[in-house]
Amino acid sequence: MNKQTEDCLDLESLGKILASRENIESADLSPILQEIQLSYGYLPKEILLELNRRTGIPSSQIYGVATFYEQFHLEPHGKHTVRCCRGTACHVKGGRGIIQAVQRVLGIDEGETTDDMQFTFETVACLGTCFLAPVIMIDNDYYGNMTSGKVKGLLERYK
Amino acid sequence: MTNRTDIQLTINGKQVSGTNGQTILALAQEHGIDIPNLCNDPRLIPSGSCRLCVVEVDGQKAPVTACTFQIAPGMVVHTDTEEILALRKTILELLFSEHRGVCTTCDENGNCLLQKYGYEYQIDDTAFALPESNDPIENYTTGNEAMVYNSDKCIRCGRCIRICQEVQMDSALTFKERAAQVEVSTAFDMPLNDTTCELCGQCISTCPTGALYERSAKGRGQCKDFKRTRTTCGYCGVGCQIDLNVNSKNEIVRVTSPVGVIPNDGNLCVKGRFGMDFVGSDKRLTAPLIKRNGKFEKASWDEALDTIAKKLGEIKATHGPDSIGGLSSAKCTNEENYVFQKMIRTAIGTNNVDHCARLCHASTVAGLARAFGSGAMTNSIDEIRRAGCIFIIGSNTTEAHPVIGLAVKDAVVNNGAKLIVADPRTIDIVRFAELHMAQQPGTDVALINAMMHVILTENLADMEFIKKRCENFEAMEAIVKDFTPEMAEDVTTVSADAIRQAARIYATATSSSIIYSMGITQHTTGTDNVLSLANLAMLTGNVGKESTGVNPLRGQNNVQGACDLGALPNVYPGYQSVEDEKIHEKFEKAWGAKLSNKMGLTVVEMMHAVEEGKLKGLYLMGENPALSDPNLNRTRKSLEDIEFLAVQDIFLTETAEYADVVLPTMCFAEKDGTFTNTERRVQRVRKAIDGPGKSRDDWQIVCDLATRLGFPMKYNNASEILDEIASLSPIYGGISFERINDVGLSWPCPDKNHPGTKYLHKDQFKRGLGKFHPVEFKPPVEKADKTFPFLLSTGRQLYQFHTGTMTRKSPVINQVSPTGYVEIHNEDAERLGIVNGQKVSVATRRGIVTTQARVTTDIGKGWLFMPFHFSEGPANMLTIDALDPIAKIPEYKVCAANICSM
Repeated sequence: MNKQTEDCLDLESLGKILASRENIESADLSPILQEIQLSYGYLPKEILLELNRRTGIPSSQIYGVATFYEQFHLEPHGKHTVRCCRGTACHVKGGRGIIQAVQRVLGIDEGETTDDMQFTFETVACLGTCFLAPVIMIDNDYYGNMTSGKVKGLLERYK
Repeated sequence: MTNRTDIQLTINGKQVSGTNGQTILALAQEHGIDIPNLCNDPRLIPSGSCRLCVVEVDGQKAPVTACTFQIAPGMVVHTDTEEILALRKTILELLFSEHRGVCTTCDENGNCLLQKYGYEYQIDDTAFALPESNDPIENYTTGNEAMVYNSDKCIRCGRCIRICQEVQMDSALTFKERAAQVEVSTAFDMPLNDTTCELCGQCISTCPTGALYERSAKGRGQCKDFKRTRTTCGYCGVGCQIDLNVNSKNEIVRVTSPVGVIPNDGNLCVKGRFGMDFVGSDKRLTAPLIKRNGKFEKASWDEALDTIAKKLGEIKATHGPDSIGGLSSAKCTNEENYVFQKMIRTAIGTNNVDHCARLCHASTVAGLARAFGSGAMTNSIDEIRRAGCIFIIGSNTTEAHPVIGLAVKDAVVNNGAKLIVADPRTIDIVRFAELHMAQQPGTDVALINAMMHVILTENLADMEFIKKRCENFEAMEAIVKDFTPEMAEDVTTVSADAIRQAARIYATATSSSIIYSMGITQHTTGTDNVLSLANLAMLTGNVGKESTGVNPLRGQNNVQGACDLGALPNVYPGYQSVEDEKIHEKFEKAWGAKLSNKMGLTVVEMMHAVEEGKLKGLYLMGENPALSDPNLNRTRKSLEDIEFLAVQDIFLTETAEYADVVLPTMCFAEKDGTFTNTERRVQRVRKAIDGPGKSRDDWQIVCDLATRLGFPMKYNNASEILDEIASLSPIYGGISFERINDVGLSWPCPDKNHPGTKYLHKDQFKRGLGKFHPVEFKPPVEKADKTFPFLLSTGRQLYQFHTGTMTRKSPVINQVSPTGYVEIHNEDAERLGIVNGQKVSVATRRGIVTTQARVTTDIGKGWLFMPFHFSEGPANMLTIDALDPIAKIPEYKVCAANICSM
């Protein structure tokens, strides 16, 4: 996805998402937001305000739901999400070094996105796969027994 | 409550009975059993989020929250076992663990529930203590003049969010983030004034801690030290009960309102909560002023009153009493209005007394008196909540009467009422409507006649009611029989289908209530419009019953009272005609004076009489015709030309500038008396602070003047005046200060034991039979033409009140409503090359003003709308002074205009 400026976002996708539903209420927000994120890559403010105009669901409530769930992003998000584990097991087995390696290779800090919009880097309290420690997750794939040396090559595969 | 069966249960070993659906907390409170709670507000759906109200219920595995748990027969509840007390203590300590800040420097000190329970449970507030935060607080209230949100003091109970959603129905607030990061915010953390917020401040009022607070109140005294005085709000006719919180410096710091008061249940609007700065304004008049050589000079009271008495005495001697007029005030108390009209009628000897009701609801008083026999709101505010159908026509309810707007929203959202709105503009309340009919302004009679046509042809009329309770039905029927919805569509532009649908909804609901205001009254056909609504209500039997009626919403805090007390040229107090021989005699005897039995002049007629040289002297109490009257150039010329003008007011208003003598008076917060609200409820006004400088009570000034004019008038206090009113005006017969100390009484209240009247015309109309009037549609006086191709309507907005004398002193209000504007439809604007916010000039046959354009689709094509509150670009420079032939109300709502960009 290319980085779009908010004022030239097309509303067509939103229209399609809403067209398949009837009598939309606050309770339907989560799946709608998921589809919007899938379609736009993140939750653009302009699109959410338009969602409010078209459904009558207060924008305050939309914002509440969008900020409640970790899965939703209100800022443009990279094509790939890199998540490093900060859990105890990973930490003991050198997880910190992995984090530093990712930062060095991508040139960004935690929570940031690369300028080419390819990668967003996040850390996670625990990925729940301690037996693979230290572990890193890219999109939906786990990579265990990582070393800082493997990071560059791994990321290259996603470019 | 639908099912009021008694439920027997035991609380703390005591046998108590409650009703079906009641929660343990509500029942306990009813019986004086204290259960601590933080997230509960009786106006809100219980959320059980703070957990502090936990109690033990036999048979339940774990403690339950009393605010959400409903009672059941035989239930055994324990509210203060050792385990429960320990649990609550821990809950409080956990709450304190996230609380930063100390009571020493907190404004809420003395009113904070967290502090109260912390003390009661003797918690250890260091158990989980956090250091005080030094971070600058940046959030949705940053830079907002109305309020400050401090998340360090917030306990995340959600009351602010819920009241915004459930009561105000604005949904401006939300929780954002999760777990420890949760905070209250707006959508996208937008500044509050950029959201759907209406600045009602309900969020502050329900906040149990100091997390939300009025910005202007910070540092001006702690809650524990305030003196609170219960009084009636001085803005609109709803008559909200408010507590003025006064600090040791004689300043009103906060305005609060307790849950449970009638009629507002603790709810207030932006004007009532944030519009009190005018009271302490340094622009208040503090000494009498006499104009010498075109300049005002300070004078003593004796000097000023002597000058007025001398001049009015001379004019009366030379030109007769009818050459003098008096304008009383819908802002002043009942007692002051009574004394004022008595002074004009006795000391001067004329019936030339009127007030601004002439400009808002004269047609209501005239129309409803003719149809029903009484010119007032037929039903009470609270009944609106349970109406089956609400028909709002010509009332921007949520903006002009916001707290009544809450009752309408409650009826629709929570009680399933069907709302029909007939208004040329897409006003805020339309979002709750089942049907919106955007009729062309000035075509109301056509719309209503067509609705009645449908009701008759589809046999939806209540013929039994008509037969038993009404007269002259055939004459009305003859007019509407042939007036089809298709014919109405041509005139109103509302589709015939919509008219049919509206008629069916209105006629078939269990009970239907009509709410109207100045969109109906301010026309040359104002009286006709009111008569039509009365016809509609009688046709369907929707009068004299609960949650029905024809309900004019009165604009000023005491416009109902000023009318009731005879500040009108045709009636003495209690709507007793000056032309009725017996009544005339009664008042001559009671007042000990020779009275005129000739009807006097109305507001606009007085201004016109100046031009004709018939009116030489004018005495004005708290009115501002130089901004409120139509066709201002003409009004202002009269004010300039009149031989003598005296004004008593709290500010040097646009009108006072023209005066020869100006007298400083006290405002509502500085005096005792009563106001009568729109539902005829007489309520107490109480002195909370001292007036500025040498200002005096209006009634005392008037009495002193009357005495100097040779008619001694003396009362010791306002209570004495009310007693005199009760003795002469049967509808106020049973009302006294003592009886309305706690809750006001709605007239008619003929004797000391009468409980007041909730709704009028119950078994019989005041005039006997309800009278149908045949009303034919007549167009407004001016039509659009080549030179003036637009039609201009004027009106109100939420944030300002009337001529802005009071509201425009408030920084909170100025931040959201800094100046006037003209609304124009997008397509018209585009055609004329006008963009939003652009400077434009608006012209009519009477004048031209400069203002800024507000481009919107909420208004119809070909129409312009201007609020009239602003002295820069005053809308009334443009309005027409054509009058309704019966009520003499000017046609503020329609005139031909042109607009061009500058």
